Amino acid sequence: MDIIIYGTINSVALALYALGFALVYGISRLPNFAHGALYVLSGFVAWSALNILGINYLLSILLAIAVTAIVGSVIYQFFLIRIRGMEISEIIATYAIALAILEGLRWGGFKGMTYTLPPFIEGSAAIGGISVDYQRLLTVGVGAALVAFLWLFTHKTRIGLALRGMAQDERAALMLGIDSDVMAVVAMGLGSSLAALSAMLLLPLGNIVVESGYNVLILAIAVCIVGGLGSWAGAVLAAFIIGFAQILTAVYLGSHYQMVVALLAIILTLIFKPSGIFGQQKELEERV
Amino acid sequence: MTTGTHQRRKERIDRGIKVRTEGIYALMSWRELVYLIMPRFVIIVGLLVAPLMIPDMYWQRVISIVCIYALLALSFDFLAHQVGLVSLGGAFFVGVGGYLSAVLNSVFGFAALLSIAVATLIGGIVCTLLLLPCLPLRGVYFAIVTLMYPLFMARAIEALDILGGTDGIMGIDSLPSAWMEQYFIIGMLLLFLFGMRRLVNTDLGLVLRAVKDNDQAVRASGMNITSYKALAVFIASAIGCFAGASLVHIYMWAGISTFALDFSVLPIAATVIGGSGTLVGPVIGCLILVPVSELLRDFGTLRIVFYSLILLAFVVFRSEGLMVYGQRKYHQIERWKKI
Repeated sequence: MDIIIYGTINSVALALYALGFALVYGISRLPNFAHGALYVLSGFVAWSALNILGINYLLSILLAIAVTAIVGSVIYQFFLIRIRGMEISEIIATYAIALAILEGLRWGGFKGMTYTLPPFIEGSAAIGGISVDYQRLLTVGVGAALVAFLWLFTHKTRIGLALRGMAQDERAALMLGIDSDVMAVVAMGLGSSLAALSAMLLLPLGNIVVESGYNVLILAIAVCIVGGLGSWAGAVLAAFIIGFAQILTAVYLGSHYQMVVALLAIILTLIFKPSGIFGQQKELEERV
Repeated sequence: MTTGTHQRRKERIDRGIKVRTEGIYALMSWRELVYLIMPRFVIIVGLLVAPLMIPDMYWQRVISIVCIYALLALSFDFLAHQVGLVSLGGAFFVGVGGYLSAVLNSVFGFAALLSIAVATLIGGIVCTLLLLPCLPLRGVYFAIVTLMYPLFMARAIEALDILGGTDGIMGIDSLPSAWMEQYFIIGMLLLFLFGMRRLVNTDLGLVLRAVKDNDQAVRASGMNITSYKALAVFIASAIGCFAGASLVHIYMWAGISTFALDFSVLPIAATVIGGSGTLVGPVIGCLILVPVSELLRDFGTLRIVFYSLILLAFVVFRSEGLMVYGQRKYHQIERWKKI
């Protein structure tokens, strides 16, 4: 029973990590290696707003999300837009940005175990004899709501449709008057704010540490690759597969092996089914 | 045209001794011979004299580290820009070579030089076999998988507690003498550098470049691209393993840190700064970056911020790199011309 509950929570957390990465890659084909760094950055912005500026918790969360979205858009507008389409340069550049943000934060004194965000709601509920605190339940709820919201956003609103159009066929989108540069900036801003949102939900469960930036990135990439890059349904399904696999290994083998599972999943998926669970045939051509 | 504004363009003319193609020259005098030999001469003599000029033990060690990073950068550049396989996991080669050499030396009692040589060969084979399943992958996907390998190895060693676990393997022999240690690595760097420059101009190098540019065409010519890629990976990983093995014998210690990010990131930064695809560029990049990062050691992690920002600036704004820029300035006469 506890495997099911904690597996579900872990899977939702993984899906939240991956959503922003999948969104940016799906729309502008940018492998955003700075995703984990933006996640950590938003945590520290919220912490600073709460403890140094001393403003309301809800306001500081909103501030953190806004700041992260702006940072993401600015990075795209001023740096990444110049190397658009050059995959290798994109990887190296975003990776350099990630290193600069994370190591900059570490240098700025944000290290150790002292940085925590308070949970939104204290207390816990008992489900099937196992007590689960409200924060984790809230995460699952918000995670589900977020997936639903994103589906609605990309299928019903003008911007969402424009983003999807660009993801499907950029040249056709250009002919229909969609400015692909603007849309790419919007996508990057949206992806960054998703990273921040997931940070706001998940960070109260533990400490804010710089190292988690690298782990979040690896997990996000793992989920996206196993699920098939650019595929939403695949990403969610892959989050559940890896999430449960991690909990199972933690229970039966020891928590040391959790990260090994994610890395092994990436390597095995790329070797045996490079397009991922839900990847289309077209993507296979690009990869192999 | 009487537009009033003087429009002008920059004219670039090759110097006279260059005949038609890259690398073929018609030399008419000693002066031209010197002109041609000078850049190579500066690098070779510079590297050989450097340890004599710097009597400080600490900076002599830095020179060895520069050479090790230069070897890694050379292997990255070869794989990325001559074969088209971008490997973000240089640390994987270092780790495999380092641990192999450590085990050969401390468990089987091989002499230091012998264990380096054996670790280079076996390490190359092991890395090639481990990377073999990913060779059909392209671009981002190959990059991501290779980024995962060193992380995976580090976590696996940690989790399984093998090969000394988190403590690493201690008590490894150093090379016979300090001078030998210094010149062995410098000599090998020069050997690999100029050997590699020859290699890319042979028929094999031509096929490898073709694999990078259009692998379907190579396939259509009846050549097996996977075996060519495997051969290239073997060459690059053997160089990486050699660097790792030498590093372990310099520090007399092998640990998880041989799989650390530094060994993957710094060579890439050096390649981008030095000029990608030139093979000499990465070595020059390392000559600049490694000492700078040593000087910044007091600032702690700020130096990582510093060189990742330099890397970002070069990737985005000056992607040709120092070497290509320098070559152009050296081989061409530039002048402004009115239109």
